[in-house]
Amino acid sequence: MIPLSWYLILSAALFSLGLFGVLARKNAVAILLGIELMLNAVNVNLVAFWRYGNLTSIAGQVFAIIVFAVSAAEVAVGLALVISVYRRRKTIVADEIDMLKW
Amino acid sequence: MTPLQLVFLLTAALTLVAAFRVVTTRNLVHAALWLVVTLFGVAVLFVLLNAPFLAVVQVVVYIGAIAVLFIFAIMLTRREMRDQGAQLNKGWWAAALVSLLTFGGLFWLTRSWDGFTRTAAPLPTGQDTLSALGKALVSPDAFVLPFEIASVLLLAALVGAVYVAYREK
Repeated sequence: MIPLSWYLILSAALFSLGLFGVLARKNAVAILLGIELMLNAVNVNLVAFWRYGNLTSIAGQVFAIIVFAVSAAEVAVGLALVISVYRRRKTIVADEIDMLKW
Repeated sequence: MTPLQLVFLLTAALTLVAAFRVVTTRNLVHAALWLVVTLFGVAVLFVLLNAPFLAVVQVVVYIGAIAVLFIFAIMLTRREMRDQGAQLNKGWWAAALVSLLTFGGLFWLTRSWDGFTRTAAPLPTGQDTLSALGKALVSPDAFVLPFEIASVLLLAALVGAVYVAYREK
């Protein structure tokens, strides 16, 4: 059988890779790709804890479904913002979108 | 090593390599396609975890909708940032340090927990996980309220996305 630790290590690595993408990428769309990786790592953890924990409670899978819905909402709004910013400023480099920074 | 462990290790290696390519590859269209590979690996993990419904949802919603949305957005914004030039910040080494520290911290934290090497109990026979999940999502004494709030959130986000991306004539 596969021990729980394998899933936890895999999802920690996936989360860290996503975090690196969010912090280091210049392109705003690539930052959203990193966020997707992090949300998937969370989902793997939720389902793994459901499977290795108390099987009579289904809460882990329900939470994973809610994460699906939230990430779909996040991607829709995020990409709409990116396209809107691109239309007005002709750039999607995150460093150049700094009008709110002083 | 059992066949299941072999399947897990192959899937994990594929998922991690694909995720690494997502955050490092220069061409953004390729990054989105590597994201599809990562999402597919996670779907295989859901199957290994006895959650086939989530695996199907992962393929339909994530690969079918979200990844395609990403590819559309990349196509619409590609002109400005072609594939030459630096794709990473000047401070990418600090980002690498932070994510390595995060991985180390998570590993240390879960290692110190005594359920870390737990193995899965066999699924009880005669229990239908899928119907339990469906009932939990609509039952008033379970998760109907979070489920409805999530659907209202999705609706609001979609209306907001249409409004934000709408081009004024």
